[in-house]
Amino acid sequence: MSGMKSAFSFDGIQIAFTSGQSIMQAVLDGGGYIPHLCYHPQLSVHGSCRLCMVKVGDRYLSACTTEAQNGMQVENQISELRELRLKLLEMLFAEGNHFCPSCELSGNCQLQALAYELGMTHSRFPLQYPTRKRDGSHATVFLDRDRCINCEICVRASRELDGKNVFSLSGRGSDTALQINSEDGRLGSTDLIATDSSARLCPVGALVFKQGNYAERPNERLYDTHIISETGNRRPAVVSGGYPELGE
Amino acid sequence: MAREEHKLRLATCSLAGCFGCHMSFLDIDEWLFELDKFFTFDRSPFTDIKTLENADVGLIEGGLCNQENIEVLLDFRKNCKLLVSVGACAINGGVPALRNGFPVEDCLLEVYQNGVGLQGTVIPSGKELPSLLPKVLPVHELVKVDYFLPGCPPPAEAFIELLCAIRDNRAPEIAYEHRRFD
Repeated sequence: MSGMKSAFSFDGIQIAFTSGQSIMQAVLDGGGYIPHLCYHPQLSVHGSCRLCMVKVGDRYLSACTTEAQNGMQVENQISELRELRLKLLEMLFAEGNHFCPSCELSGNCQLQALAYELGMTHSRFPLQYPTRKRDGSHATVFLDRDRCINCEICVRASRELDGKNVFSLSGRGSDTALQINSEDGRLGSTDLIATDSSARLCPVGALVFKQGNYAERPNERLYDTHIISETGNRRPAVVSGGYPELGE
Repeated sequence: MAREEHKLRLATCSLAGCFGCHMSFLDIDEWLFELDKFFTFDRSPFTDIKTLENADVGLIEGGLCNQENIEVLLDFRKNCKLLVSVGACAINGGVPALRNGFPVEDCLLEVYQNGVGLQGTVIPSGKELPSLLPKVLPVHELVKVDYFLPGCPPPAEAFIELLCAIRDNRAPEIAYEHRRFD
C-alpha cells in the first residue's frame, strides 16, 4: 500500500490520513472539527463522552475510537447527530451541578461552548442536583466535583504526561466520581503541582486555579465571541494559573 | 387601565429570582417604544397589577423555592397562552439552588440561629409565610414551558428577539453572541 494516498469523505470533503489514525485525529489534523470533551490529542483515548459520534453508513461510531479507513463515508454535520449530541449535553448538565453564573470557567468552558454552539437553552432531563464533595486542600488548585463530567482527562494527563498518578475514577454508573489517590483522599496530600498538565486540561470548571480568576470581562472570554468548532477545544492560559495553554 | 385590544398582553413575574432579568429587560431602552406598538403590560412589577387574566405571554424569572412560587406559576400557566422561562434560575434553579445540597432545616438553622451574632433568635414561622420547598426547582419541572431564554441575565438583545418572534408568530432564534448561561 505504500505510496498510495489514503483518504475518506467527511461531510463530502476528502480527508487524508495515515494508517492507524482515528477519524478524530485525521479530521483535527486536516483542520476540521468534531465535537468532543473527553478526547485530547496528547492523551490516550477514553471514548466515554460520545459527543464525537459520527455516522458511517448506517452506524453511529465514536470518531475518537474508530480507525479511519480508505473510502469511508463519514457524516458529521447532520440534523440527527445534532439532536443526539444535544441530548448528551443536556444529560451532562442534568447529571452535575452546573451553575455557570458563579463558575470560574464560564466563558472559557468547553461544555458550555458546545451547548452554545448547538443552541441548547435548557435540559429536558430532570436535574439531579447531586451532593458531591469539594476539595480545597491544595495550595493552588481547587477541585469542584459538582462540575466534573468524568471525562478522565486529568486522570490520563497525570499518568501519561506528568508521570504521576494523582487522579482516578471510582464507582459505577451514576455513582462514578473523581477520586484522589492519596491516603486521606485529599488533593493537598498528593504530589500535584501547579505546572502539571493534569491541573491545566480540565475542559470544565472542575479543576480550577485558586488565583487569578474572573480576570476577563464577560463578552471578552474565548467562547463569548468564538464558536468552538472554529477555535477547537481550548483552555486559555488566563484560567490555568497563567501557565501556557496545552493546545490541541 | 383600559384594555388595548389590538395589543398582545404581556405579563411578567419574579419567583426565586433577583429581578436581574427584569432589569436586563429594561436594558432594551428606546426599544420600549417599539414594544409599546405590539404589547401592553399586564400583571408585572412594571405595572404593579396583582391579578392576571387572559394574558398572551408570561415571562417567568426565577425558579421555585416556596409554596407561593408554585401558586403564582400555576396562575401564570393557566392565564398565559405562551409561557417563557427567563434566566438561569427559572431554567435550572440558579444560585438559589445551591441550597439543594443541604436539608431545608439546616439552612434555616444556619440563617436564623447558628450564624454569627444570631444567638437567641427564632426561625420565623406563621401561616402568612410561604413554606420552603425541600429543593429549588426549575419552572419546567412543574408546568409546560413554551420558550426558554437562558442567561444570568439574558441580554437585552435576547429579550428583543424573543418578543419579535412572538409578535411574528415564530420560534425565537437567539444569535450566538447573545446565548449566555451567565
